[in-house]
Amino acid sequence: MEHAGFRPVLLGLIVLLPLAGFVINGAVALLAPARKRIVTWAGPGVLALAFALALVNFFGMLGVELEQAIVRDYWSWMPVGNLEVAAALQLDQLSMLMTLIVTGVSFVIHVYSVGYMGDDPGYARYFAYLNLFVFFMLVLVLGANFPVMFVGWEGVGLCSYLLIGFWFRDREKADAGKKAFIVNRIGDLGFMVAMLLLFTNLGSLDFEEVFRAAPATLAYGGALVTTITLFLFLGATGKSAQIPLYIWLPDAMAGPTPVSALIHAATMVTAGVYMVARTGVLFALAPVSMIVVAGIGALTALFAATIGLAQYDIKKVLAYSTVSQLGYMFLAVGVGAFGTGMFHLMTHAFFKALLFRGSGAVIHAVHGAFHHTHKEWDPQDMRNMGGLRHYLPLTWIVMWIGTLAISGVWPFAGFFSKDEIIWQAAARAVGPFAPWFTAFWAMAIAAAVLTAFYMTRLMIMTFHGEIRCGAAECTHLHEVPAVMSLPLVVLAGLSTVGGWVNMPHAIAELPVLGWLPSAEWIHAWLEPAVRPAEAILGPRLGALNEAAPLGGGEAFWAAVAFALAVVVIGVGSSVVLRWKYRPALESLEPVGLKKVLYRKWYVDEAYETLIVRPVVATSRALWRLVDEALIDNVLVNGAGYTSRAFGWAGSRLQTGQLNTYAFAVVLGALILLGFMLL
Amino acid sequence: MLTRSLVLSAILFGLGVAGVVVRRNAIILFMCIELMLNAVNLAFVALSRAAGIEGQIFVFFVMTVAAAEAAVGLAIIISIFRHAETVDMKNFNLLRW
Repeated sequence: MEHAGFRPVLLGLIVLLPLAGFVINGAVALLAPARKRIVTWAGPGVLALAFALALVNFFGMLGVELEQAIVRDYWSWMPVGNLEVAAALQLDQLSMLMTLIVTGVSFVIHVYSVGYMGDDPGYARYFAYLNLFVFFMLVLVLGANFPVMFVGWEGVGLCSYLLIGFWFRDREKADAGKKAFIVNRIGDLGFMVAMLLLFTNLGSLDFEEVFRAAPATLAYGGALVTTITLFLFLGATGKSAQIPLYIWLPDAMAGPTPVSALIHAATMVTAGVYMVARTGVLFALAPVSMIVVAGIGALTALFAATIGLAQYDIKKVLAYSTVSQLGYMFLAVGVGAFGTGMFHLMTHAFFKALLFRGSGAVIHAVHGAFHHTHKEWDPQDMRNMGGLRHYLPLTWIVMWIGTLAISGVWPFAGFFSKDEIIWQAAARAVGPFAPWFTAFWAMAIAAAVLTAFYMTRLMIMTFHGEIRCGAAECTHLHEVPAVMSLPLVVLAGLSTVGGWVNMPHAIAELPVLGWLPSAEWIHAWLEPAVRPAEAILGPRLGALNEAAPLGGGEAFWAAVAFALAVVVIGVGSSVVLRWKYRPALESLEPVGLKKVLYRKWYVDEAYETLIVRPVVATSRALWRLVDEALIDNVLVNGAGYTSRAFGWAGSRLQTGQLNTYAFAVVLGALILLGFMLL
Repeated sequence: MLTRSLVLSAILFGLGVAGVVVRRNAIILFMCIELMLNAVNLAFVALSRAAGIEGQIFVFFVMTVAAAEAAVGLAIIISIFRHAETVDMKNFNLLRW
């Protein structure tokens, strides 16, 4: 549908540019891996162009009241019977926002990777994968129907697998890639089942068609729409690392750190949130599914945060933090605040990409120092760090900005998005499910406190206190080069101001804090995209519970959350500073509750015992008994043995002696004669 | 007359069959086959008295075939003899499994 006021500019090209980058870098990787200069320009270059195009489109859209998504049909992809699936892209406010985040953050991370991966022999291959990932991610967010989205959905999973196992000669890393891929398959099954159910019941897979037909065709709260949305959510839990399928994400940190920042923090793992927001109409029709989404989100937020408390690997802490923050996003979309979820997705993309790349800078420096003196220490273990602020001052500052942002300290980005989620969970606690929402609200508050603490712990262990990496190594610690520090500064800036685009009215009206511009801009921007879902939710929800819970309005609770975060960071700093850490090799195993948390509640072990081992044992039994014994030996070889036995018996009749044959002929003739006479 | 001729023919044929089954010498085998053919010829001729001229015509065909067979068969036997210095058929069992 074309809109009078706005035509998207080269929409297809935004998607195709990263693909072109993939082709160029892939060719370099295959033909001339040493030609790094081409890759250095082509890899980030295509992203710069794509980001510029996205910006052009964004500014074109800004002044226009775009009521419906603009759909561009390129060709008919699957014309099968009455199923007509087009290769089509769609641009609306939601996909525009995602496109900006994806291309923008990707561009910054590509630039950072030039420095981080500069010495790696797989440089060209790395950029080829990274560009391919961005291509699939854009297909995912811009797809105009479920199958096109699914192509992107599977594609990013593939690239994730390729990049986690990028250093595939390390068995552990290759295994982590496999784990991510296999766990995601479980979720993908849910996505596919949901697609089939949608097609059989609504006869179409186009977003526009489905969302128009759904409210009329599917009964509100009916079993069918609940099933569909729960299957969709199963897909989302796989991709976005929620309970029960979150286990792959912490292992995915085996990949290069920029990959962790881009795929496993900022973009791919948010695909599930985006998908729930995109199919908001369906979720709005299924209140039970909404409760499940919100509940899983809140539970994951709290659960992952507790694990983050006791990890020593700096990237593991950030990984669990990502899982926890994704939980917040699902809590937001689960309570029906789609715009708020997308807002947190955006700010999280900024500050988590920043934190990951800050950790990358730390690991880069520590690894380099250990490498210099041939020390066989783990460069990711925070017990081997400490006091690094003297050597990495820039990284130290930007990491603190990221920490303040994720902890929800005013005026950093996370404050606005996270506190709005907490507030929305409380405010939407009306109707029959109100007690549930209040419980989720309490869990979110608890998770926020834990978040502030584990991030403080990470900062103190890494940058403050005594230096534990060894005196000889310290002289080799170097701040990152400009190509890596510049992206850090850019993201630090975004983490600081990124939240201001959605200043809540309640705060904008306050005397001191209200000087910032653009109150609730994200909500205003996304309003047309989420309007169909809101139209279903709104009348049933009634007025928001502005006073809940425990009295106090939005501004009051924002102030409380802010105070909580500051107190936790302050107290946490002094507490963690007093704890004495020893380098990892000299440390004792943690004991008690700390050990349970360090071991991640033994979830991996439980999955290993309950699911992986039985599956492996069953597979082995099927392999040995059914495949080898029954099919191979009894059926396939058995047929051979049988015909050979008959052949052997028949061949005994052949003596080669002429007389025998003559005798047989005579005998036969006599028998025939006998028959004729009788 | 007819009965006697047919009985003689049957005896000759039986001798031929017995020879083919029992004897090993290729020349003897060959002659036994000729004997069977000629036993059939005798039956044809005897029956043509009663049934018409076709029987005698068939005899000519059989004789032609027998002549051709003799030419080819003897040539094979000579070739076998040159190759193996014997025509005893128990030495030739190439058709075995």
